[in-house]
Amino acid sequence: MFKRRRKEVPGLNTTSTADISFMLLVFFLVTSSMDTDKGLPRQLPPPEDNTQEEEVEIKERNVLELELDANDRLTLNGEPADYDELTRRVAEFVANKNDDSSLPEKSDREVHLFGRIRVSDRHVITVKTNRNTTYNAYFEMQNAIVKGYYQLRNELAKRQFGHSYARCSQEQRDAIALVYPQRISEAMPVEEEGGEE
Amino acid sequence: MMNRYFERNSGEREVTGLNMSSLPDLIFTVLFFFMIVTHMRDVDLKVNYEVPQGTELQKLEHKGSIVSIYVGRLQSGNGDFAIQLNNEVATVDDIKDFLAEERSRMTHEDQARMTVSIKADRDVPMGMIADIKHALQQDFALKISYSATEKGNNVTKN
Repeated sequence: MFKRRRKEVPGLNTTSTADISFMLLVFFLVTSSMDTDKGLPRQLPPPEDNTQEEEVEIKERNVLELELDANDRLTLNGEPADYDELTRRVAEFVANKNDDSSLPEKSDREVHLFGRIRVSDRHVITVKTNRNTTYNAYFEMQNAIVKGYYQLRNELAKRQFGHSYARCSQEQRDAIALVYPQRISEAMPVEEEGGEE
Repeated sequence: MMNRYFERNSGEREVTGLNMSSLPDLIFTVLFFFMIVTHMRDVDLKVNYEVPQGTELQKLEHKGSIVSIYVGRLQSGNGDFAIQLNNEVATVDDIKDFLAEERSRMTHEDQARMTVSIKADRDVPMGMIADIKHALQQDFALKISYSATEKGNNVTKN
């Protein structure tokens, strides 16, 4: 009944595929933003309980006081300083290599991957800002502090593991963070009529 | 040159057509590359901001767990500093609701590693940033990141 005819399957005309994919390509080129978000990661302390406010007495040698005033001037323990100096001072302060009695105390601790090691877990860097301090100055200061810590951590990584901190595994990083923990305490910015416009 | 001139004159050779059959494949490859690396800009910016520059920056990973807060000068109006959450200009008090909404959208994994990326202009006064930080703190959004660009003449991290 049906006569089977051998039919040629017509070839799909694919000339326009290139055009279509070009269109898609252009669309993605236009909408894409290649910029990967970069930033300075920070950990906020959990909200404090107002009910049990305890004043922790910290020895003077353990504290490095930073202050940014309304005109973005940085002072370090009351003396004016710039950001490079801040980096240097932070590294010196946290490490306290020669066990200077004016620099922070350290304690002996058992740390994974290191064994018994001197740990700088008593120091505190306090940061004071003014409500009129610009964010840029604050950021530069944070950056300088992190840089100081990074130098120390990098040094330690090289000594202990033979490669830089950037190439450490998560486990190694965690261990290093125990030796040089970042202890930064920030106060709410003060409102003061210090800044002339 | 002489040679070519000679050939053209002799006339008989046919120019072979370029084989275009692999062109779609090539373009598709490029297309897929862009589809993978791209992430759509999903907000209309209502504020102008120029982030600070730093040297110790880290890339933010896990796109799904990042929440952005924009702080900058209003594009419309008098150019006051303002906070933008999602697509609209907001105040510090709105951060709580905003975070709750963002959290409900995330998977459990992402909720645990949620990072708030603060994209703030350089000239924003710290009072404003501190208020935002305080709001985040109250809502246990403790991982934050100050968004910035890499400084040009940075020291290479070896």
